Parts: sequence; C-alpha cells; structure tokens
Amino acid sequence: MAQLDSGVAPALLRTMWRIRRFEERVAQLKRTMQVHGLVHLSIGGEGVAAAVCHQLRDDDAMYSGHRAHGHAIAKGAPLGPLMAELMGRVDGLCHGLGGSMHVVDVEHGLFGATGVVGGNIPLALGTALAARMRGSDQATVVFFGDGAVQAGHFSESVNLAALWELPVILVCENNGFAEFTPRSAHTSIELVSDVVSVYGFRRQTVDGSDVPALWAAFAEILDTAREGRGPMLLECLTHRRRGHYEGDAEAYRDQLAEEEWRRRDPVARLQADAIAAGWLDEAAVAAMAEEAADEVEVAVAFARASPFPEPELMEELVYAKAGSEE
Amino acid sequence: MAREIPYIAAINEAIHLEMARDDTVLYFGQNLATTENDEFVKAFGHDRVRVTPISETAEIGMAVGAALAGLRPVVELYMAEFMLVAMDQVVNEAPRFRYMSGGKVKVPLVLKAGYGFTAGWAGQHTGSIYGMFMGVPGLKVALPATAADAKGLMATAIRDDNPVCFFHHYLLTLEPGEVPEGEYLVPFGQADIRRAGGDVTIVATGWMVGKALAAAEALASEGIDAEVIDPRTLEPLDIATILTSVEKTGRLVLVDQATRHASASAVIAAEVAEHGFSALKAPIAQVTGLDATVPYSEPMEAYVLPDEAKIAGAVHQVLGSAPVTA
Repeated sequence: MAQLDSGVAPALLRTMWRIRRFEERVAQLKRTMQVHGLVHLSIGGEGVAAAVCHQLRDDDAMYSGHRAHGHAIAKGAPLGPLMAELMGRVDGLCHGLGGSMHVVDVEHGLFGATGVVGGNIPLALGTALAARMRGSDQATVVFFGDGAVQAGHFSESVNLAALWELPVILVCENNGFAEFTPRSAHTSIELVSDVVSVYGFRRQTVDGSDVPALWAAFAEILDTAREGRGPMLLECLTHRRRGHYEGDAEAYRDQLAEEEWRRRDPVARLQADAIAAGWLDEAAVAAMAEEAADEVEVAVAFARASPFPEPELMEELVYAKAGSEE
Repeated sequence: MAREIPYIAAINEAIHLEMARDDTVLYFGQNLATTENDEFVKAFGHDRVRVTPISETAEIGMAVGAALAGLRPVVELYMAEFMLVAMDQVVNEAPRFRYMSGGKVKVPLVLKAGYGFTAGWAGQHTGSIYGMFMGVPGLKVALPATAADAKGLMATAIRDDNPVCFFHHYLLTLEPGEVPEGEYLVPFGQADIRRAGGDVTIVATGWMVGKALAAAEALASEGIDAEVIDPRTLEPLDIATILTSVEKTGRLVLVDQATRHASASAVIAAEVAEHGFSALKAPIAQVTGLDATVPYSEPMEAYVLPDEAKIAGAVHQVLGSAPVTA
C-alpha cells in the first residue's frame, strides 16, 4: 500500500496551506465585494484535493463542481489567474467569464466545473471513454458532493459507467450536508459507497481528513484506472468548515460537531503527523503557512492589476469559429 | 450526380460519410446498432457505434465530455421531447462550457432529434420544440425541410465546433428528394429561396415549407406571386435574406408548426418589425400551431396545425384581397 513519506507529505501540506490561505483571503475579499460573485469555499476539505490531485498527471482529466478552488489549486492552477478569475478580470483562467464555479485550466487537465449539482458526472464518462478509445492510460476524475448522489445525473452515469466498464474515478466528498440540509433529510442511505455497490464499482470509503489514508486509497484506485479498468468510487467523509456559500448564516449548523471538526482539521492532523515522523519541524511548518499567505498576496496583486474584459471578447466567444481555438 | 433518396437515407448518408472521413466521429443513442447487420456497426464497429440505455442525461453529458476530449459525437435521441429530460446537459452544460472557459475548450457535438410527429402520436411526441433552443446562446439549431438539406446540414453540423441541435421532421422521414452524391455541405445561416415571387414573402420552416410551396402554387393560379423562403437554420438565422425579400414584396406571412408564443415565427416577426418596418405595407401575419398541446383526435390534430388553406388565407389577409372561389 502506498504510504506517505518525507518526500510527498511536505508537498501535500504546502498545497493544503496554499488552498487554505487562498480561500481565507477569498472570504475576506468577498466581504468587501472585491470578489463580487457567488463563492463556495472548501476549508476543511483540503486533504481530499491534495491527496487526489498530487497523484494525477497534467494530462489526466478532471472535473469539479461549484466548490472548485481547492481542486484547481491542487491540480496545478496558478494562484494569480485563479484569483483574477474570481475577481472577474481578463487575465483570469477563463478571462473572467466563468468565475468561481466554472474554473477551467486545460493545461493542467481541469476541463471544467459545473454549478449544477451532479451535472459534471456524465461528462467524466465521455472523457474516460475518449481516453480508452485512444488507448491512453489517462485517468478521468470527477469531484462532487454527497448532494449529487440523489440527482438523476448520478444514477444514470453510475449505470452506464458500470455497463461500459469505463476507467472513470468518482470522488465523492461526503460532508454530510446537501447545501443547507443534512444528508439524513435527503436519503435513507448513509454511505455513498453503498449506493453503487450493486453496480460492481471498486469502492472505498475513507476519512476525508486523514491524508495518509486518502493517499493510499486513491493510489490503489488510480492504478486500476491506469490499467483501463473501472469504474471506481472514492468516498471521502469530510467536513465543510464554512457555510454552503460565503454569506450563508448557517442556522442549521451543529456547534458540537463544529468543535469536533476543528480537532480533525486535515491540515493540523497532517502537520502533527509530519512533525511526529520527523519529516518537518515546527519552524518549517510555520514557514509553509507564511509562504502560502505571501503567495496569495502576490496573486491578489496580480488580479487587481488585471483589467476587466472588454465587450469584444465577451461577444466573440459565444460560438466557436473554425480555427479560432486558443 | 444527384439521385432521389428519402430524407432519412440522406441523413444517414451524411453521418456515414462523416464517420468514414473523420475517425473522431462517434454515433450513439438508444436502439442504435441492435443487430450485427447494422450498416453503421459493420462499417465502424461497436467502439464508435454504441447503443445506450434510456438515460438521456448520461448520453448527452457523456457526449459533452467526449467532445471536450477531442471527439465529435452524434447522439441519436429519436424524439425531440426526450431532450427535455436532459435539459441541464443540453442548455446548461453543452453550450456554456466553451464560453465559461473563456474560449479554452470547445464542444463539437450533434443532438439528432425527430420532431412534430403529428400522426396520432398525441401530446408528448408531436411537439415542434426547436424554438426553445434558439434562445440558448452557444447552441446552433438546424431544421432541414428537404432530403438534400438534411444531408448537407447534417454534414455541416458534424464538422461544426459547437453543439448543434439537428431537428428532422418525422412526417418527412420517407419523403424522397434529389440529393447530391458524395461530400455535400449546406452552410449554416443561409436561407434558401425555394420559390421566387414579388407579391408576398412567405417564410416557412421544416414540414411547413412543403405546405407553403403548395399554397404558393395554388395562389399563382389566382395571379398572386409568392416568394417562399426556408431559413434552414434557426441559429444562426439569416434575417438578411428575409429583409431583402420583404423590401421587395412589402408583405410577410410566417408559417411555423410550433405553438406561437416564444416561437421561431415570433422571433422573425420581431426582427422584421424592428428592421424592416418601413418596407411593410401590411401587418405581418403568423400562421402557427395553436397555443395548445397537440390533441390525439385526428380532426382536432388537424385543427391546431397550420395547413395550405390557412397559409393562403393569411396571404389574402396581408394583400387585402378576397380569396378566389370557384
């Protein structure tokens, strides 16, 4: 079984700090409306993004949903263009036309993020089919929350992925909330991995804040996908430390659970593991958090310096013209 | 060399030729390739010709994902109404991905859907629902009225780098027409003047083109010279050809099988009212389906649909002339 080691663990921790500092800054910028649109944060879920995306290559395809910043950062998206996208600037990943929920970073394999819960799942099937038809060992990963599992997209896709044995990896971040209501109000099935059991999926459910466990589970799943076999489901029991979106009053939040999750913070846990193993010391860990904050400030400066897009660009991109691709 | 073949054979010929020309073209959908004797399976194999379960969301979403990965899927949907169960994929995913990515990705795919089966197929299989897709930025809409256009528009649709809804009329399925052999492309956004005339402009779409031409012949015997225009694609829509004709005739009759509210007819009427008002010598007349679900009962089905007599009546109305009675 693949184990975290002194080489990998610091890299994962660095990514997790970059995601956390980036999103904390986004929350501030949202409060002052410098990020003007709808924003969903993944604070508390950084471990999943890091453990999955660090094992993927740039040519592996990935889809995300409305809570996409962490996935994009972990897959390699540069912070400056990502922040510029959230601020609606022309130097954003999508020239400011997509925004927080629709980040695309083709260079690093992020083909798209959907704002409609579950809408991205069938797309991953098509991309996995294309990879198999090419005879490539490229993997296709799609991230979604447990709220998507009750949508028709999911059921149809699970059936077809199993029927065609597509090498697609479904990564479900089961945070126990579908938007503003608990999972128990949506379904009688507690674990998502049980939902797919009858289809013959290779499936695992892991603690989504236990980064070494995530790393090992995803490594095994990825090996299977590389062999062209599938489908697979990795269910990560995680937690959303923030509201559904920035500005959510969170009237539904259970304060006791919140305390428990503070102790289970994936960043704090991995840090403690790394220090205990002697891979990092306290000073190195503190430096990592600070470097991430500095990097985020550079990204904010980059975004602020970028102009807003012009109407010509906005109009030109509605339809693809032959030979007009970037 | 042109020869007569049925409308449906012309569509199949275009798909076949494009699949032979470009091995990234896939063809999948419900009830395709049900026997090994299927002409598409024999020519291109099960990898490129696939039968799918009754899962429109998964089928269309998979096509989007395959298109994002560089393939050109043609999805066989049979009934246009079946697209409605997958509206998220048709409206929110396929046509928006390119735009939201800032032009970084493209989604070349064809949604092939039959419509308007007003032969006792009742309320859910007879709709002429193309109008609702005209209003979606990023989607193109083709509506062939002849076998030749069916072939040429399908070939163009497959080569287009955008998602295209290709609506073929079920009552034209076996209608023969002269179709060129070999490669044949009909450009999008170019209306066809099917009959030249100077007294009145009739713009008709799909199945209604034949009825408008028949009405025009009947009117010719009364000395009324009607021009009949088929836009062939609704997005892009060749308003210029219609305006040029209206400048010549000063009178416009629009014929559309669809219900009137928010229809192609209403859009064309608005464009001509805005840009061609000074040329009009009479108010625009619209001959459309009634704003009702198509009823099952045969006389009632005929009652809600446009026909030659209703078209001729509208022409007399805009000319301010009384019909000639025997």
